[in-house]
Amino acid sequence: MNLFEYTRAETLDAAMSAATEDGAILAGGTNLLDLMKIGVVNPTRLIDITRLPLHDIEEHDGGLRIGAMVRNADLARHPVILSRFPAVAEALLSGASAQLRNAASTGGNIMQQTRCSYFQDPLSPCNRREPGSGCAAIGGETRNHAVLGWTEACIATHPSDLCVALAAYDAVVEITGPDGLREVPMESFHPLPDANGTGPAPLQSGEIITHIRLPDSGGMARNARYVKLRERTSFAFAIVSAAAALEIQDGRIVQARLALGGVAARPWRARTAEKALADQSPTEEAFARAADLALEGAAPSGDNRAKITLARRIAIRALTRAAAGTPDRLPALPASVFEGDCNG
Amino acid sequence: MTQILNLTINGTSQDIPIDDPRATLLDVLRERIGLTGTKKGCDRGQCGACTVLIDGRRINSCLALALSYDGAEITTVEGLAQGELLHPVQAAFIEADGFQCGYCTPGQIMSAVALIAEGEAGLDPERVREGMSGNLCRCAAYAGITEAVLKATRAMNREDAA
Repeated sequence: MNLFEYTRAETLDAAMSAATEDGAILAGGTNLLDLMKIGVVNPTRLIDITRLPLHDIEEHDGGLRIGAMVRNADLARHPVILSRFPAVAEALLSGASAQLRNAASTGGNIMQQTRCSYFQDPLSPCNRREPGSGCAAIGGETRNHAVLGWTEACIATHPSDLCVALAAYDAVVEITGPDGLREVPMESFHPLPDANGTGPAPLQSGEIITHIRLPDSGGMARNARYVKLRERTSFAFAIVSAAAALEIQDGRIVQARLALGGVAARPWRARTAEKALADQSPTEEAFARAADLALEGAAPSGDNRAKITLARRIAIRALTRAAAGTPDRLPALPASVFEGDCNG
Repeated sequence: MTQILNLTINGTSQDIPIDDPRATLLDVLRERIGLTGTKKGCDRGQCGACTVLIDGRRINSCLALALSYDGAEITTVEGLAQGELLHPVQAAFIEADGFQCGYCTPGQIMSAVALIAEGEAGLDPERVREGMSGNLCRCAAYAGITEAVLKATRAMNREDAA
């Protein structure tokens, strides 16, 4: 780890003025310190924002406004999250470990870096780490890489579970910077790669995520699930995952939400699939058609064709579980495929 | 520039001069305070051997920048026993044979203490296993570890009732 200067920000203004190119924002530190230890990021200044007043979860217009410093464990246990946004709780609890969730912050979860092993190896060419250097993942070990929205410049996926659920619920990221406030929908916060590189940085110099807003989940509160396929049932990143939420009235789907994880450089909101589900009966056939639409355009970026089939199955399973209703208490193994309540 | 870090470790408040800001809480506990019960396993938040309680919550001390926790109350495995009287979780690990080589055990015990305090796993072995999944055991003493957590939960429930 390189040497850095440590400062604790007492005000948001101080944090913004320090959050420039050679500085890094320290929140929970669970991703940043790890990347610094392996030499992937080398900031010369660390700006600690853990003492800023960004720790509250407030009710807001029927939804929630979540401070960027709210720890993952506290968000997952919040009564309004559990009662009205249960897929957020299930996604959070399916990720990392209890220790990491106690430290990791909401803003940090959004800002976490890809787990692409070539990105994590400073000796490998990587357009994400070093623009213009190439992509060592292409032609390498690619079973965990993207099947949607990738280019020859980058085939990495975003590893967050939380962001997938947030994208499904239309969450908005509130950002403060030198030019004032701006808001970006969660589903488009993370850039997709273009032909030449990994796209524009989600935050400009001096900008900080302050809050995440979740709008009213309306009639979808108790028909929402997160399902995550992984190599072991706990403490592992998704191979593929899906967040699904449905509003069902009189046996018909009024509105549907579906977002996929582990398939692209951002949580993949499947809007065409959602539209196709509107006014349908919540049947296996309808969910299968929706899953086909969700994976439309998917292509392997290497030896990962299986992810397309797996993502389709996980999407069907998430929709099926959402239609069956959110259980009053989340299962012992959140988001596990081993729940035995449906096939697919 | 030397910065002064104040930590209350196992009930004792200490001012610790920090010359190198890269020090993690794990480094400070082991190298500066001499509390070597907390173990460095992977040093990357993946194994749980470094688990300590900060203000009552379990975290990986290897991914905690020490300076960021100025003013915090830390409990390490050395802070659990009262003299010769073991904490119920420590006693349960011995009774249930919840270890083999013992390297991961301080982290397992600290994680279990927090898991029981969180109160969400109760006596459901599946929830205990899930709640302990941030602590790897290379000897795979998992069956004994789960039994130890369940034993300790029952013992602490009885204490609460008494």
